[in-house]
Amino acid sequence: MKKLFAAITLALTFGAFAYAAEAPKAPAAGTGAPAVAAPATAAAPAVTPAVPADAMKAATPAPSTPEKKTLKANPYVTIPIFLIIIAVTLSVVIWSAKKTKSAADFYTAGGGITGTQNGWAIAGDYMSAASFLGISGMISLYGYDGFMYSVGWLVAYITVLLIVAEPCRNAGKYTLGDILSFRTEPKPVRAVCAISVVAVSTFYLTAQMVGAGKLMQLLLGIPYKWAIVGVGILMVGYVVFGGMTATTWVQIIKAGLLMTGAAVLSVLVGLKAGMSPFQFFNDIATSPNIMEHVQKVVLKDPLPVPGFDYGQRFLEPGLFLKAPLDQISLGMALVLGTAGMPHILMRFFTVPTAQAARKSVIVAMFIIGSFYILTTLLGFGAAIHVTPQGIQAVDKGGNMAAMMLAQKLGGDISPFLGDLLLAFLCAVAFATILAVVSGLVLAASAAIAHDIYVNVIKDGHADQHEQVMAARVTSLCVGAMGIIIGIAAEKQNVAHLVALAFAVASSGNLPVVVLSLFWRKFNTAGVISGLVVGTIASIGLVMVSPNMTYPQKIADDAKKAIVKLEEKQASGAVLAEKELKDLDKAKADFAKNDGGKSFLGLKKPLFTLKNPGIVSIPLGFLAAIFGCLAFPSRRSEEMFDEIYVRQNTGIGMAKAIDH
Amino acid sequence: MADKQYDWGAIARNPKFVELHHKKTVFLFGWWIFSSVYYFLLPIGAAYAPGLFKIQILGRVNFGYLFALSQFFVSWGIAMYYAHVANKDFDRLTRELVDELK
Repeated sequence: MKKLFAAITLALTFGAFAYAAEAPKAPAAGTGAPAVAAPATAAAPAVTPAVPADAMKAATPAPSTPEKKTLKANPYVTIPIFLIIIAVTLSVVIWSAKKTKSAADFYTAGGGITGTQNGWAIAGDYMSAASFLGISGMISLYGYDGFMYSVGWLVAYITVLLIVAEPCRNAGKYTLGDILSFRTEPKPVRAVCAISVVAVSTFYLTAQMVGAGKLMQLLLGIPYKWAIVGVGILMVGYVVFGGMTATTWVQIIKAGLLMTGAAVLSVLVGLKAGMSPFQFFNDIATSPNIMEHVQKVVLKDPLPVPGFDYGQRFLEPGLFLKAPLDQISLGMALVLGTAGMPHILMRFFTVPTAQAARKSVIVAMFIIGSFYILTTLLGFGAAIHVTPQGIQAVDKGGNMAAMMLAQKLGGDISPFLGDLLLAFLCAVAFATILAVVSGLVLAASAAIAHDIYVNVIKDGHADQHEQVMAARVTSLCVGAMGIIIGIAAEKQNVAHLVALAFAVASSGNLPVVVLSLFWRKFNTAGVISGLVVGTIASIGLVMVSPNMTYPQKIADDAKKAIVKLEEKQASGAVLAEKELKDLDKAKADFAKNDGGKSFLGLKKPLFTLKNPGIVSIPLGFLAAIFGCLAFPSRRSEEMFDEIYVRQNTGIGMAKAIDH
Repeated sequence: MADKQYDWGAIARNPKFVELHHKKTVFLFGWWIFSSVYYFLLPIGAAYAPGLFKIQILGRVNFGYLFALSQFFVSWGIAMYYAHVANKDFDRLTRELVDELK
């Protein structure tokens, strides 16, 4: 039966991809290898949360201007590699489907994952296409700031390691709701908690899905819709049939592929610099292309300032991240939010003991940290060998930097190797997306099936078969919703959704988890007020922040451009063809957007930061504390000893392999 | 699963547990605060002390780059140190406590 399902999934997937691969041939008949034109839109999720205004603009749908440059992926190399990855992961699914019989198997792989395996899976769950493509792109265009940006993503794991990993392993079972409802009234707490988990997962999932669609479109020429459907079917297939076991192995495979890709490219970059770090930094600082890029594009000096070292400037902060308060706010959301991400927390229930949970975080930290250090090499390497000008010609946001580097460095050895490396990196990006979205779907379905269905609707009375069935049906629905949202959000600006997911996790989930585990007085009212206020505050602040599209601002910018160009025209200069086009476009933008209002009817942002953490995290904590003090509960206080002893010692913990 | 019933209050008052809990609290929150402060020095320093970040230390490599790189090693260092202390101290205390309760 399960085999049949798996076979159907396999067939559907191949069908979707085959259809997708054929579709673009019709319009481009006879052009041979489908050359992939990179649209000017930055692959949205690959653009990281703290993108400044100008990059943001690039992410809003720009009218399709003819592209000067394209990135060609050779389909004869790329498609077989994709098929191998799909085949390997699907055989993992068939294998794990046989092992998935109980709810514990489905949600936690029966607790049978080892610390090292879980460490790789955490890394695979966490490092999204944004880390891989977005950060290397940011480094290739803005140097030091991209590297600085990547640091917070690792430091976040100190919070996970020291504060949440082991207590969650000891006190929890399948979901965040299990920990929070321990000494509170389970029904309202589970319901509110499930809503918050689903909100975080949906934001993150939407960003990933839209990114997946754009990336596949960019790399393989598959139409957006079919790319989403293909990725969606695979993701649903992994989760529905294989549950946590399959998801874990997909994440492990992905982490392995990603590290291999990054390591191979780094070695190639290193070889070019004779394996000497000094030579490498010297190459960066003396590259005429980088100097010109920093001078003209980043600092916008029309003529070089005499004596100013533009190359060295690339290695100094401040070219990209210009709002320190926003950076600090993002840092807070990362440091506290990672530990509140349901798909990360859930990974700690898959290991048998607290020691294994500890080991898994440490393994994950070494993988993630090494990866970000390698990313620096890739980013700077791309700046040296592909040049910022070349990267921006393909994608304004720089998201294709790592891909182009692979093609260039491989191609320098032999053209086939260039194609092979590029195809391999495309496949890595594909596996990356699959691993992350599967983890999210699993976390969201666990919240709905385990917290809402089994514990709220059925009062915890559901046999194993029913629980597994509920989990599978929910995953199917969540996955289907993901596909629909992904298709619907194609033209939306989704770059802020990753920031939003971290903001909700850090302001809603984390305060109540920490207070539940460590504060005697904490109770039902505290959990609910903390979750509700933290979640609403983060969403509300993002809605009125510069992340949203403000038509009036677009109109004002267009107005400025019109004035500038018309002045030039009035002074007797003849405008170049490009400038005339710009003028027309600016006029059209102005007419379309003047007097327009944002989604919430605002002319300009009310809250000036893109990352709400600095305000919403304290709000979440305060709301949790006040709510709890306003409605004290003796029972919750009396039960503190139990959860405290359990989370510290693991005494009486839900048996990992419980039958 | 009918688990054995424990008197949680009594365990919480057990001197071994009190010792474990005290040691853990000091260690965990102490190092967490240290790592957070160290991390936030990076964005704050880059924004408000750019002069310091520009000082070239090893050839073209400047202080800012080394400081950002040090964040990785400090995080790994804390993780390894925690693993060492936890494996040696916390796990031993926990085991002793659990054995006592059997």
